[in-house]
Amino acid sequence: MNDMSTIERGAKLSETKVSARGVNVHYGDTHAIKDVNVDISNNNVTAFIGPSGCGKSTFLRCLNRMNDTIDICRVDGAIQLDGQDIYDKRVDPVQLRARVGMVFQKPNPFPKSIYDNVAYGPKIHGLAKSKSDMDDIVERALRRGAIWDEVKDRLHSTGTGLSGGQQQRLCIARAVATEPEVLLMDEPCSALDPIATAQVEELIDELRENFTVVIVTHSMQQAARVSQKTAFFHLGELVEFGETGQIFTKPEDPRTESYITGRIG
Amino acid sequence: MQEQHIASAFDRDLETIQARIMKMGGLVEVSIMDAARSLETRDEELAEQVRANDKAIDALEEMINEEAARVIAMRAPTASDLRLILSVTKISGNLERIGDLSKNLAKRTGVLAQMPPVGDSPAAMRRMAREVERMLKDALDAYIQRDVELAADVIGRDHEVDQMYNTLFRELLTFMMEDARNITPCMHLHFIAKNIERMGDHVTSIAEQVIYLVTGERPEDERPKADVTSVSL
Repeated sequence: MNDMSTIERGAKLSETKVSARGVNVHYGDTHAIKDVNVDISNNNVTAFIGPSGCGKSTFLRCLNRMNDTIDICRVDGAIQLDGQDIYDKRVDPVQLRARVGMVFQKPNPFPKSIYDNVAYGPKIHGLAKSKSDMDDIVERALRRGAIWDEVKDRLHSTGTGLSGGQQQRLCIARAVATEPEVLLMDEPCSALDPIATAQVEELIDELRENFTVVIVTHSMQQAARVSQKTAFFHLGELVEFGETGQIFTKPEDPRTESYITGRIG
Repeated sequence: MQEQHIASAFDRDLETIQARIMKMGGLVEVSIMDAARSLETRDEELAEQVRANDKAIDALEEMINEEAARVIAMRAPTASDLRLILSVTKISGNLERIGDLSKNLAKRTGVLAQMPPVGDSPAAMRRMAREVERMLKDALDAYIQRDVELAADVIGRDHEVDQMYNTLFRELLTFMMEDARNITPCMHLHFIAKNIERMGDHVTSIAEQVIYLVTGERPEDERPKADVTSVSL
């Protein structure tokens, strides 16, 4: 299904899933995100690239209100998910995060069994009616995480006993178990070896059939490989946002050019 | 020019490859002029030298392609760096072809030197070759200076070379109709004229690479075929 060549694998023409308008983020006196406008489209992988401290992770964390947990952090502007303002007072951040899942840089499975790691989310959100229902949910999530075949015979052994690459795929399985609509990934491969990275990248490409994926990565090659749209952040600004092939062959902004060709750090 | 890469070895790689392109370009310019001169002066020794010198041009092309492959594999170039690497592989290919055409010209010079001369077409061909050589020099200057205007100018001038070829084509046809004994030398002369015209096309392609390298756009081919002499009965 996803065996299209890179050339054919262009951005799908699809609807806007997440829309940000005039987003500014302050950490105390630090102006971390400056007036960012971006439309993230459905069933595409959007990559955020930029040097450390450019605000790409901060902006990613705005998309599921992870920044709420930081006291000194202030988010202004409008972010809409399917046209609905996610910072509206009536929106429950916990419910929001079930719709907008997240995978972190370091694999962080719960110190529980593989099965319980995946079942945890569906359980607290009441997604399973019975034990066999839950078994189905867990199996489907682990299959989507491309790790089912490796763990199906040891579902009740601990998740932390898996290899780094397996742990990260388990975390992705855990994130998709609640059937989120958007999946945020903050450098999901930076702690993985090249083989595990390739497996996770393949998985990301498969996930976009059903999810909207936003990935923050320090690896330009990874952004080029997995994404259809790329956004380049620099000093808190969204400098350029466009089709990935265009960004990597003919960027319009000289700052993008300098960054991707290795001229500024 | 652009600011430097953080990895200075990357800059050195790119500079080395471009220096080789310039060296190759210099050898090809000499080859064109020597081949045309050998034709006009019926100098078989010079023609032989042109043929021998082509080996150095071929070796440079191979070297450039190998180095370009290494840069792609090891540095994963993007944006203008990527366009630079793509352009050097194409330009080296064009230069190699021009070198081959020049070598072929020199080969025919050897054959023509054994026959009585026909008309003064070798002088016209030398003028044509001189124009192509000037275009090549300008195309390479445009390349090093990233000069899109000069590159566009070179592309425009190929039209003149095409016209010179069409004039020669008519002239050679007349000689052949006058006397059947002229057919053998005229066929050789025609191939030579065609080879020089082809060189002009390769130079045009180099100039197009300059535009692509700088702008990221391929120039549109909007040159109409002005003269249909060579394709009409």
